Amino acid sequence: MIPEIGHFLLWLAMGVALVIGTVPLWGATTGRADCMALARPGSYLLAALVTAASACLMASFLGNDFSVLYVASNSNTALPTQYRMAGFWGGHEGSLLLWVQMLVIWMVAVGLFSRHLPREVLSRILAVMGLVSVGFLLFMLLTSNPFDRLFPAPPDGRDLNPLLQDPGMVFHPPMLYMGYVGFCVAFAFAIAALIGGNLDATWARWTRPWTTVAWMFLTVGISLGSSWAYYELGWGGWWFWDPVENASLMPWLLGTALIHSLAVTEKRGSFKNWTVLLAILAFSFSLLGTFLVRSGVLSSVHAFATDPRRGLFILAFLTIVIGSSFTLYAWRAPTVGLGARFALISKETSLLANNVLLMVAAGAVLLGTLYPLLLDALGMGKISVGPPYFDSVFVPLMAPAIFLMGVGPLARWKEAAVPDLARRLRWALGVTVVAAIGTGWLAGSIHLVATCGLLMAYWIFASVATDLWERVNPEGKGVAELRRRMGQIPRALAGMMLAHIGVAVFCFGVTMVKTYEVESDVKMAVGDSTTVRGYQFTFQGVKNVPGPNYEATRAQIVITKGGDKVTELTPEKRIYRVQQNPMTEAAIDAGLTKDLYVSLGEEVDGGAWIIRVYVKPFIDWIWGGCMLMALGGLFAVSDRRYRRKKGEPS
Amino acid sequence: MKTRHKRLAIAAGVVVVIGVAATLILNAFNSNLVFFFSPSQIASKEAPVNRTFRLGGMVVTGSVKRTGVAVDFQVTDTAQTVPVHFEGILPDLFKEGKGVVAQGKLQDGVFVAKEVLAKHDENYMPPEAAEALKNAAKSNQKTAASVVTSK
Repeated sequence: MIPEIGHFLLWLAMGVALVIGTVPLWGATTGRADCMALARPGSYLLAALVTAASACLMASFLGNDFSVLYVASNSNTALPTQYRMAGFWGGHEGSLLLWVQMLVIWMVAVGLFSRHLPREVLSRILAVMGLVSVGFLLFMLLTSNPFDRLFPAPPDGRDLNPLLQDPGMVFHPPMLYMGYVGFCVAFAFAIAALIGGNLDATWARWTRPWTTVAWMFLTVGISLGSSWAYYELGWGGWWFWDPVENASLMPWLLGTALIHSLAVTEKRGSFKNWTVLLAILAFSFSLLGTFLVRSGVLSSVHAFATDPRRGLFILAFLTIVIGSSFTLYAWRAPTVGLGARFALISKETSLLANNVLLMVAAGAVLLGTLYPLLLDALGMGKISVGPPYFDSVFVPLMAPAIFLMGVGPLARWKEAAVPDLARRLRWALGVTVVAAIGTGWLAGSIHLVATCGLLMAYWIFASVATDLWERVNPEGKGVAELRRRMGQIPRALAGMMLAHIGVAVFCFGVTMVKTYEVESDVKMAVGDSTTVRGYQFTFQGVKNVPGPNYEATRAQIVITKGGDKVTELTPEKRIYRVQQNPMTEAAIDAGLTKDLYVSLGEEVDGGAWIIRVYVKPFIDWIWGGCMLMALGGLFAVSDRRYRRKKGEPS
Repeated sequence: MKTRHKRLAIAAGVVVVIGVAATLILNAFNSNLVFFFSPSQIASKEAPVNRTFRLGGMVVTGSVKRTGVAVDFQVTDTAQTVPVHFEGILPDLFKEGKGVVAQGKLQDGVFVAKEVLAKHDENYMPPEAAEALKNAAKSNQKTAASVVTSK
């Protein structure tokens, strides 16, 4: 009964979404207040319906209702409760429902926090979001209904893919989707402004916090996914340039560009067209990413053939959304105006350059991701584009962007002078060079590529420090004055500095891991030991440990350094009972300056095991950097000026 | 500086960035595209020597031999078989009689793999491997058909 209710609720939601998508839009055009008044309560109703439908699916999972096909394919009675809940988004159908669920949460948030917006604008925004949810609900109902029944019901489910039975599965997808879908808000603001023709600094100020929050979720989501891959896949990598990862990186790059371009539009009124275009693009890439991942095109182009309706629907939906928004853009954008003027050397230019670089980088990633699909579809042979392609394209494109990250914040709006910038940044540059070479020397060897990476990291650190110093202490007046001035720094600015420091921390981590990590695969019998980077790893044998829904072979490895015991690690090899898949569970001793990472290979000639041992310096800085970026975003949105009430001067 | 000059300068900057990116991309494509070959194609000398490519097919049952960290096995598309050498830990879902994709170079008739690719599901056949098997099956049929007609 519950699945039928859920299914019915989705149809109701679809009807409500259709009303929100049309009536308020029409009301805003004709100026009819009664039509516009539908938008907000309508959104709340839509949210209630979708949430109730989600609750139905969740109830089916928790109640082990295997007469529901989706539950039967993604759950099992032996599955621990938290993973039964996470099974909700373990497959295609549920992910779509999660997508819509996130969308309606964003709609409610817009309804609650944007009361001060003019009624026409708010109506249009909610209408656009309503139309997007119509598309997704229709897709779900016509081609991928999560509530489809299975007759006869099997006695037990096929279980959640063992790879997904991890705490990462509980948090990573909702975070990521919250970010993906969040760009829909910026998109809706942009479309509303294009329709209404009121694209100005106020529009940019409304859009900024929404974009930043979505970007924050996306940052956290991607970094959770990356750290999950690091400990779960058992080979210690943190980014594989896998098409699925690229699908999330592209919207992130465009979202980052959008944040920066919105800053210019708000402060100086420039780049309006460009900002609107980015808002449309960021969301288009989110859509593209969702569909690439969820339609199965990525593992093979031929996955389209397994259910041609899905593929066709996806193509049609993408074409409609992207096509109509670009048409609207082409039609309305020229009326928007160019905005304030600026000199060739200015903060505007540096932000524009940063935008171009981020966009070109996203384009390069897109090309590398889609090229194999394209060749395959055209029957021109099978190829794959691996990490070397992305490394050799992405890194050189990001290097100048990072240089600009140091210069941009110090450059003045409108017009800046190169000699002035060079004078103010000379200390930063000196410190950067010395620190980069010094770090290489301390680490034991100086590499060209590593030095470049370190230069980038220290350059950001040093330039942010310079920026901060100029703001708090131009004359040097004692500690109390310093603290007072520190307190005066607006949150938005502090957020930017923090996020930039996050990038520096990230760069530092990546460089150190790439250059100085040590990896070794060794065959070990009980009692054998191997020494990596001064750490002695001793294998003390394996024992069998039963888990809730798997049997584990747990190895015990003692790590000592110079005779002192450092820690003891217990990597596992698990066989999940239902799907009989082996899974490697790495054991990691995480630390600020290095991770010790051990994973279990296979058993060879009686009692001996192949064991993989890593020492990974500063790897946690990669995710630490991402968290700092997200925290910077949080600081920025908590800035006072976004909390202006209606009626106050803008 | 005049507005027109400024615009020109910005446009030139954008063109330069895109040009540099295009160069980087073409370069990277040139040296990093990894092509896919089946055991049959390798047998008929279509696969390049001294260039990394991907090999796909099925692991021959009973062919996996471990010597310390190194492992040797054979990959087949039912028509032809290629010996593969790999050092390191095989992915969890590597099994005899199942599909596999390996990336590496051909050296003296042995495919020396740098990487053996893991897939996420026991029933999932890497599309490359599936295709290799399908093509081999097709050509088998053709051969059979031609034998019949020539009789």
